[in-house]
Amino acid sequence: MSTFSAIGEEREIDRDEYTPGVEPQPTWCPGCGDFSVLKALKQALPEVGRTPEETLLCTGIGCSGKLNSYLDTYGFHTIHGRSLPVARAAKLANPDLEVIAAGGDGDGYGIGGNHFIHTARENHDMTYIVFNNEIFGLTKGQTSPTSPKGHKSKTQPAGSAKEPIKPLSMSLNAGASYVARTAAVNPNQAKEIIIEAIEHDGFAHVDFLTQCPTWNKDARQYVPYIDVNDSDDYEFDKTDRVEAQEMMRTTEEALYEGEVLTGRFYVDEERPSYGEEKRAIGEMPEEPLAERYWDDDYEWERSHDMFLDKHA
Amino acid sequence: MTDDELIWRISGGSGDGIASTSQNFAKALMRSGLNVFTHRHYPSRIRGGHTYTEVRASADPVRSRGDGYNFLLALGDSFARNPQEEAVYGNEEVKPLSENLDELREGGVIVYDEGLLDASEIPNFEERVEENDWHVYPLDLRGLARDQGREVMRNTAGVGATCALTGMELDHVQDLMRDAMPEKILEPNLGILQIAYDQVREEYDVDAPDVSVPTGENAEEQLLMSGSDAIAYGAIDEGCRFISGYPMTPWTEVFTIMSKNLPKLDGISEQVEDEIAAAALAVGASHAGVKAMSGSSGGGFALMSEPLGLAEMTETPVVLVEAMRAGPSTGMPTKPEQSDLEHVLYTSQGDSQRVVLAPGTVEEAYEQSRLAFRLAYEYQIPSILLYDQKLGGELTNVSKRHFDREPNPTLGKTLSEDALTEQPHSEDGKFHRFQHDVGDGVSPRSVPGQKGGRFLATGNEHDPTGHISESPDNRVAQIDRRTQKLAAIRDDLDSVDTGSYAGPEDAEYGILTFGSQQGTVEEAVGRLNDAGHSVKSYGVSDMLPFPTEQVTAFIESVDEVLVVEMTASGQFRGLVQKNLGRYGERLSSLLKYNGNPFEPAEIVDGFETAIVEGDGGRSGHQTTFVPAAGD
Repeated sequence: MSTFSAIGEEREIDRDEYTPGVEPQPTWCPGCGDFSVLKALKQALPEVGRTPEETLLCTGIGCSGKLNSYLDTYGFHTIHGRSLPVARAAKLANPDLEVIAAGGDGDGYGIGGNHFIHTARENHDMTYIVFNNEIFGLTKGQTSPTSPKGHKSKTQPAGSAKEPIKPLSMSLNAGASYVARTAAVNPNQAKEIIIEAIEHDGFAHVDFLTQCPTWNKDARQYVPYIDVNDSDDYEFDKTDRVEAQEMMRTTEEALYEGEVLTGRFYVDEERPSYGEEKRAIGEMPEEPLAERYWDDDYEWERSHDMFLDKHA
Repeated sequence: MTDDELIWRISGGSGDGIASTSQNFAKALMRSGLNVFTHRHYPSRIRGGHTYTEVRASADPVRSRGDGYNFLLALGDSFARNPQEEAVYGNEEVKPLSENLDELREGGVIVYDEGLLDASEIPNFEERVEENDWHVYPLDLRGLARDQGREVMRNTAGVGATCALTGMELDHVQDLMRDAMPEKILEPNLGILQIAYDQVREEYDVDAPDVSVPTGENAEEQLLMSGSDAIAYGAIDEGCRFISGYPMTPWTEVFTIMSKNLPKLDGISEQVEDEIAAAALAVGASHAGVKAMSGSSGGGFALMSEPLGLAEMTETPVVLVEAMRAGPSTGMPTKPEQSDLEHVLYTSQGDSQRVVLAPGTVEEAYEQSRLAFRLAYEYQIPSILLYDQKLGGELTNVSKRHFDREPNPTLGKTLSEDALTEQPHSEDGKFHRFQHDVGDGVSPRSVPGQKGGRFLATGNEHDPTGHISESPDNRVAQIDRRTQKLAAIRDDLDSVDTGSYAGPEDAEYGILTFGSQQGTVEEAVGRLNDAGHSVKSYGVSDMLPFPTEQVTAFIESVDEVLVVEMTASGQFRGLVQKNLGRYGERLSSLLKYNGNPFEPAEIVDGFETAIVEGDGGRSGHQTTFVPAAGD
């Protein structure tokens, strides 16, 4: 038996394999948009041929972090805002793993914002799904980084004085090579976008609009939505950075005026992933590092033989 | 203080090449058969500012920087600001000479670059020279270097003059220059070395040197190494092939050495956005099955509190190194202190489930770096290697044989796919990664990508599969099991015995210390016993889990104990009392927190005034005595 025989295994995969035995029914509130992320992943993973045991799902803290309890793969439910550094290191250690990170808008655009910017900048070959509900749900309804200006909550009783984060623009500027937005109410598009994101060789960021019927009652259900790639009203080239930027800006402003624009906003298939960049300069092994610890024939180097002469 | 030693101090401006010149000189002395020890003093500035390095050399083993010094080579400060006007920093040009006089021993030698320094600017210079019987040699080193084409070579000229005045042959220095210097600069440097050497010998009577270089012989091949080197090599030999970090003085040294060497070993080094990410990456890499480390110094380590707790809760093996410097906050970035002890022991929420080791010497730094990895991976727990700017930066000679050991890349209790099939699984196929009942508390783990190993790692309390659980029974079982690992580690450490003991076993008094002060304390213990006192010392390395039994036995065996540490609040003494729960009346403290490590004489003096004379308060100018409770 090889070390990681789950990796690259060719077989039929049943959607039910991703449903855990312990808690098959998620405890998200009825009507929560998070169900759609789970469903899209359960549909996308068998379609891209990735089994539960070759997939590592890293989450943060929040309602979104519960995804790890409801999607049965190898999982790492990390801490608030830190799913990305854990995920990208796992990818460096074993590039053969399918690495997916997920978290909420507070997790990814607030407390983990620095990691988001740098992971996008480095263009790690992984997927990052942000459950964007414009609110802190698990802590019961506080204003979040994507809450609209004027949003009132117990922590912002006079209404937020801040402009919301513009996640798509931020992602593009930081260096993500695939940027999309989808919505819970659009399951077909969501599935297609998650498939593309997983198959994309680079950092794929999906801003997933997930309505919160409990704590964000005044927010939209994100309907009706418009797919900007299909709509005649919007003409832009998603491979063109300048056009993508403009389309993102329009989309981000439209959301707060009640218009839900979704789709693929930026796709750069040319840019090498971080792993490729590291290997090109000789700073990352060709074979997954994680394999070496199981290779009985590997001759482990010693400092005594390699580095001590210069101290003599 | 022995007469048979050279303590050579080279002083100048930051950026003048003091570090490399002193390193080469130390190595030349080592190659001549001597034991050497260096001490660096430098300001937190980019260019300019007064800096010096001491090189102590003796035929006998040297364990510390020594007391004061006996040979000064004062170069000019070429980056001095406003040398013509006495602006913010005053006249800096003369500082390499003026600021080093206080610690120069009687009968010592001063060589200074009269091409840059004007001794007449120093108040009472002539009187002080006479009073202290110093031997002064003004030499135009800059002029000599300029004549040979490159002013920066005045360092080499200074080394040539040093050799001439101390009766040291040039051959070892020349060999080193041939090893270290590129062709282009080698010839002119060899030239100026000889010219300076010859010129001093012509101008002065050097047949009976004021301070002479000792002669000695080492039994086996020696290496000149720092604690930072040793930590990095220990990690490499234990199979660490992943490091993530963010620059911060003084931890940067380990990060730099690893980053330079890991690509040669097909490993990975990642410089990342902050220390939260740095530690989280190490956790992620380890989770995926690689031996990984990260590290920082005080302020950066503070950011690692979160991922450290995550590693504890998910039982992810990881090694973090913490290079202490004077705090709080930014503190004094280039100055050593031991005051992060409590920080690394207790940071992060919940009950600490980690290992903390504080090596005392370069040899121990290598051994305990390896030990930290072994314990982390065998017991699935974060290990922290706690050291400081002093141990990290000092160079000393160590036997090459010490490093001639087999590598140990094993991952500890990590199961193969075959072995996984024998392990308990839930009905849905989830592997029981966190089983309640396992002997030493260590439940074997799997690695993502393995068939049959699927589980959830989470910072939440969890059941055997990793699924989040708040059941009281499960909670107690899990936290008891994780805590149980510390007892198993304590047993393991007892068989390793990282402690360092000096002095007669039946001594009347004891000195307790930890980490980098160990060598200095042991030198002081030697002198105290030579002077008729009855003292022994115990340098403790295991900070957590604490060697309660051994420390109790040590304290029980003596009348009184002086605890020596570089903190202002007596953190180590507090740790001893916390673990032992008594002996407050037997423990007093000798503290130093002015930015400079202890000199042996300060410990001798502190012991004599504090313990023997029973005199409290400030024992010297730079150290503080805190009496035992009830005194």
